[in-house]
Amino acid sequence: MEIVYVYTKKRSEFGRQCNFSDRPAELHVDILPDPSLADNFIERDPCDVPTQCTQEMSEHEVNTERFSSESRGINHVEGGWPKDVNSQEMEQTIRFRKKVEKDEHYINTIMHLGSLMEHCIKQNNAIDIYEEYFDGEEVAEEAEEQPSAKTINVFRDPNPVKRTATSLSWHPDGSHKLAVAYSSLEFQRTTQDMSYDSYIWDIKNPNKPEMTLKPVSPLVCLEYNPKDSHILIGGSYNGQLAYWDTRKGSLPVEMSTIEHSHRDPVYKVIWLQSKTGTDAFSASTDGQVLWWDIRKFTEPTERLVLDPSKKGNLENALGAISLEFETTMPTKFMVGTEQGLVVSCNRKAKTPAEKIVCTYSGHHGPIYALQRNPFFPKNFLTVADWTARIWSEDIKESSIMWTKYHTANLLDGCWSPVRPSVFFTVKMDGTLDVWDFLFKQNDPTLTLKICDEALYSMRVQDNGRFIGCGSQLGTATLLEISSGLCTLQRNEKALATAMFERETKREKILEARHREMRLKERSRSEQSKEDDGKDVDGEESSEDMVARAEKEFFETVRAEQKKKEKQAALEKEREKEKDVCDEKDI
Amino acid sequence: MAEVEETLKRIQTHKGVIGTIVVNAEGIPIRTTLDNSTTVQYAGLLHQLTIKARSTVRDIDPQNDLTFLRIRSKKHEIMVAPDKEYLLIVIQNPSE
Repeated sequence: MEIVYVYTKKRSEFGRQCNFSDRPAELHVDILPDPSLADNFIERDPCDVPTQCTQEMSEHEVNTERFSSESRGINHVEGGWPKDVNSQEMEQTIRFRKKVEKDEHYINTIMHLGSLMEHCIKQNNAIDIYEEYFDGEEVAEEAEEQPSAKTINVFRDPNPVKRTATSLSWHPDGSHKLAVAYSSLEFQRTTQDMSYDSYIWDIKNPNKPEMTLKPVSPLVCLEYNPKDSHILIGGSYNGQLAYWDTRKGSLPVEMSTIEHSHRDPVYKVIWLQSKTGTDAFSASTDGQVLWWDIRKFTEPTERLVLDPSKKGNLENALGAISLEFETTMPTKFMVGTEQGLVVSCNRKAKTPAEKIVCTYSGHHGPIYALQRNPFFPKNFLTVADWTARIWSEDIKESSIMWTKYHTANLLDGCWSPVRPSVFFTVKMDGTLDVWDFLFKQNDPTLTLKICDEALYSMRVQDNGRFIGCGSQLGTATLLEISSGLCTLQRNEKALATAMFERETKREKILEARHREMRLKERSRSEQSKEDDGKDVDGEESSEDMVARAEKEFFETVRAEQKKKEKQAALEKEREKEKDVCDEKDI
Repeated sequence: MAEVEETLKRIQTHKGVIGTIVVNAEGIPIRTTLDNSTTVQYAGLLHQLTIKARSTVRDIDPQNDLTFLRIRSKKHEIMVAPDKEYLLIVIQNPSE
């Protein structure tokens, strides 16, 4: 089809007709150069000329027609029989078959086809043309697969003012959803326009959160109920707890009352393994551990003050920052404190004083993560200051294994749910470390830089394949680790048991030796006291001691710096040598 | 008559042979060594496939014709010997 549109206008309406003719060029005006203007001329050097290398793009939207689908079915029945034969009647079909078999044409055909077929069958039996040679070789190669991890999705805080992703929780079944709690934990950094919302993300859709949770104060921790995946419990910055039912919308179903809640941010909340699946307990830096039943959420069902002197005094209490609860030991739980102590507790003790069983010390800063090994619950992992440590319940003096001191602080960590010897840690420099202590003890098996800002939280999904990491600027990164890191290796359980036992035994021997030495020292000092009556050390004033300590400290620091410089120089030299060698080669 | 029986019996005794089916031009199984439902399924599907394969060969070259059809699968090999009126189908596990 051709579209034609005709405009018509009369010749007379165009005006007078033009008449062109040749004539010589003539000068109308002559402007002479003005030297005063030349003085004003400024040469541009350099001269900026922008060009655009990328292709210009434009955005278009097209709305396609909705595609509707429906499912239909067809029932196939046996057919092809002659009209007078009913396929359901056995007698008729047998008779029909007998008749065909007596047909001479049939006999001839089958004789002919039979010999053809036999030839092929014999061919197949003589040689297998698809035989796979060297079948067992590939398996060995697969075992040497390099540990690796890849980023699958990044979920960014959609708000303009970014907050830290302080806690992550995986959906208990299917794990296609990740709940992320956002809050700013920095002192007095909360601005007026900062959002309070936390989000639930569908791991396939990083563009828009699947659901928004609207608390009255930013959430510091958030946890899915393992028994009912619609219910989430969250601990707020102001100390209140709230729970959500995803079927009932973004607002909390119920909240604990302020006067019966924590007085500091709720750093950790864990669901208990009760029959009703409605019990949880929470910890805060105000030194309290509170138990809750969401059916009666106004006040806690039980309360424990973490006073190490066991008097229940809230002023002396240790600030709890992490919690541990293993479902196989329902009466026991552990608390990691800001002071670097791990407090082991027994919930079912008769008096409040007996609830605190013992403490484990060894860290220099707040214990950000605390978890029992899922295969060997006697051994637990702590993450604090610059190290991650593995402890045995029996040894209170020291951990049985520990990492070296890193240059960046460690902020979270956890065990792999499928491999007893693998654990993960995240650091302040934005790296994730994967440790396999059966493979390497001094260094992580895999170190991965995930982002430039600090990583504050992490969580492994139940099959150990997916890891969520939350950063300071509110990005939650979803990683998938290679299959070697999330499948149980041969003999791994036995080897891990042996390792734990050996290290425990070593620590026990060391502990016994220390005790012996201390006893000896004491008896000797008592003797020397008797001998000269005066203790020389006692006379040294505290100022002198401080000065000496300071001197020693700076000396060590200086020595360490020198060592580093020397190392750097050595490395440089080595590189130079290498370069020279390369040049020679050329 | 007896010769046919003998031929079919001999085919069945070869190594790895799982079943033998004879199908007529309408896709009706005449003789089988397998159970009824499996036979009906094999007969119906392979009958159609053989017709399609034959027409493909003939479409490419009208003077050509299908003489034999071998289908190699993960579990076995299905062999179809076609004729004007009948199909002989043998299912064999060659790696046995």
